[in-house]
Amino acid sequence: MSKELIRLRNCVMAFDGEVVLNNINLYINDHEFLTLLGPSGCGKTTTLRILGGFETPTSGDVLFDGVRINDVPPHKRHINTVFQKYALFTHMNVYDNIAFGLRIKKVPEDEIKKRVSEVLSLVNLPGYEKRMATALSGGQQQRIAIARAIVNNPRVLLLDEPLGALDLKLRKDMQVELKRIHEQVGITFIYVTHDQEEALTMSDTIVVMNGGVIQQIGSPVDIYNEPKNAFVADFIGESNIIDGVMERDLVVTFAKHTFDCLDSGFGENAPVDVVVRPEDIKLVAPDKGQLTGIVRSVTFKGVHYEMVIESDGYDWLVHSTLCEPVGTLVGMYLIPDDIHIMKKGG
Amino acid sequence: MKGKAIAIPYTIWMAIFVVAPLVLVVIYAFTTADGAFTLENFSHMGDYTTVFVKSFLLALIATAICLLIGYPFAYIITKQSEVFKQVAMLLIMLPMWMNFLLRTYAWMSILENNGLLNRLLSFIGLPTISIINTDAAVVLGMVYNFLPFMVLPIYSVIDKIDKSVIEAAQDLGANSGMVFRKVIFPLSLPGVLSGITMVFVPSVSTFIISKLLGGGSSLMLGDLIEMQFLGNAYNPHLGSAISLVMMVIVIICMAVMNRFGDGESEAVLL
Repeated sequence: MSKELIRLRNCVMAFDGEVVLNNINLYINDHEFLTLLGPSGCGKTTTLRILGGFETPTSGDVLFDGVRINDVPPHKRHINTVFQKYALFTHMNVYDNIAFGLRIKKVPEDEIKKRVSEVLSLVNLPGYEKRMATALSGGQQQRIAIARAIVNNPRVLLLDEPLGALDLKLRKDMQVELKRIHEQVGITFIYVTHDQEEALTMSDTIVVMNGGVIQQIGSPVDIYNEPKNAFVADFIGESNIIDGVMERDLVVTFAKHTFDCLDSGFGENAPVDVVVRPEDIKLVAPDKGQLTGIVRSVTFKGVHYEMVIESDGYDWLVHSTLCEPVGTLVGMYLIPDDIHIMKKGG
Repeated sequence: MKGKAIAIPYTIWMAIFVVAPLVLVVIYAFTTADGAFTLENFSHMGDYTTVFVKSFLLALIATAICLLIGYPFAYIITKQSEVFKQVAMLLIMLPMWMNFLLRTYAWMSILENNGLLNRLLSFIGLPTISIINTDAAVVLGMVYNFLPFMVLPIYSVIDKIDKSVIEAAQDLGANSGMVFRKVIFPLSLPGVLSGITMVFVPSVSTFIISKLLGGGSSLMLGDLIEMQFLGNAYNPHLGSAISLVMMVIVIICMAVMNRFGDGESEAVLL
């Protein structure tokens, strides 16, 4: 797509002997919107703090434009950060907050004035210069925090769960807004979140992390449709994860039924995890399905119904726009493309 | 309504122990021994100008020294580990558990011409100093006794500054000096202002320190007032008038300081 800007090479981070990042290898392209996604404690924030210069990796290299920056302090990096709880300077007004970085760089005051007003327009808060930082709502404070970082024209903007404290509606609006700002400014965004939906909505690339290890790197579509292991499948969207046995290439057995699939290379009679997305299960007449089951519960979710269908002791989660009443016997049909095979325990 | 009921005991307390004495002071200040209204108590005030100037000057010097020692001290403690912080706070408070008079007597025996300090000095071959019964000894006594009141408010304000605010400043290009000047110091001002108040007010009205460490040489406002109530010069009406004038000057000082604090820290001060 474009050229590489940042690379983490064999990065290990340990606090008091406890390893929180285990051999992270990652490259980040210029202009990219990259999201570090994972549950809390997975190492995503630590990775961000290494990039920002607030932590130094125990071992490994951080390269920026090909130069090793492990020991470069935060104030000397062409990187700015939007902090989780905004971290605005409460003793200053909006103008002084945004001008903070520019004044340190000794930018002339009339240029500062121009740039502050431009960046306030960018974040949709024109004319807010004189307000005190403490007199703003959470959403507004977040926009000011973004403005304060962006006004310095960094090469990279780091965002540490910036929408975490906002309510759902505001969060959705800000996701669109952030995406727009990213396109308008054209710099690299590195975004940390535990919200998979947020990651899928905004990112060019998603890095799924768990237990200090990168689980998968890919586009949102790849990550969703081709999860590499059961953790990714489970974390991104909802999944049915079932034990199965790979009979041979392209043939898998699970739920006492043998299916054709598209995967190969697992060997013969190898135990595997089989992942099926709830929306990929097609409900058909009982005699038309590969599996049959009885509807145990139905929940209306707005766009679709969420059903639990019990088949031979396993509860399948099924999403469908059709509603089958509780107690009905239904057939379930899977095409090979919807069956994802993963190595056990990955 | 429930909240109001709970406030009643405190209101009574305040009325008896704060408002009533203040009213008494005002009444005494404006009356003669016979109870007649007079301004005479105030017209004598000019005789004590030197005492006023000296008291405020020494209190100011003591407050400045407390700030110079207390601020860096408080700031350095906030940067240490939790255990260190707790131990340091304990050590700062520990002397306050001892009687104020006892502590000041201890300083007397340290500073005496044949005291600990001079014996130590001559032991390591340095010339002895004569510090007892000087203004310097009084200031030293004030600094020693009131330093915790400077350290504690500054410490608690700096300690509460969100770490991410400091990181944000670094992130925006500030080196450690700039982070301190532009972020930590301005954010710590409310603590500084309440520290100054808590040291300056007791310093300006202290009497025991000047009496024990200053000898008879440096009469201060507190001594002067004490003399009017308990001493030979017995004249509670003059004593009340002096107290009143001192209070008004202190209030004016505090009001001026609040201006510097941008009005934000008023709540902390008053």
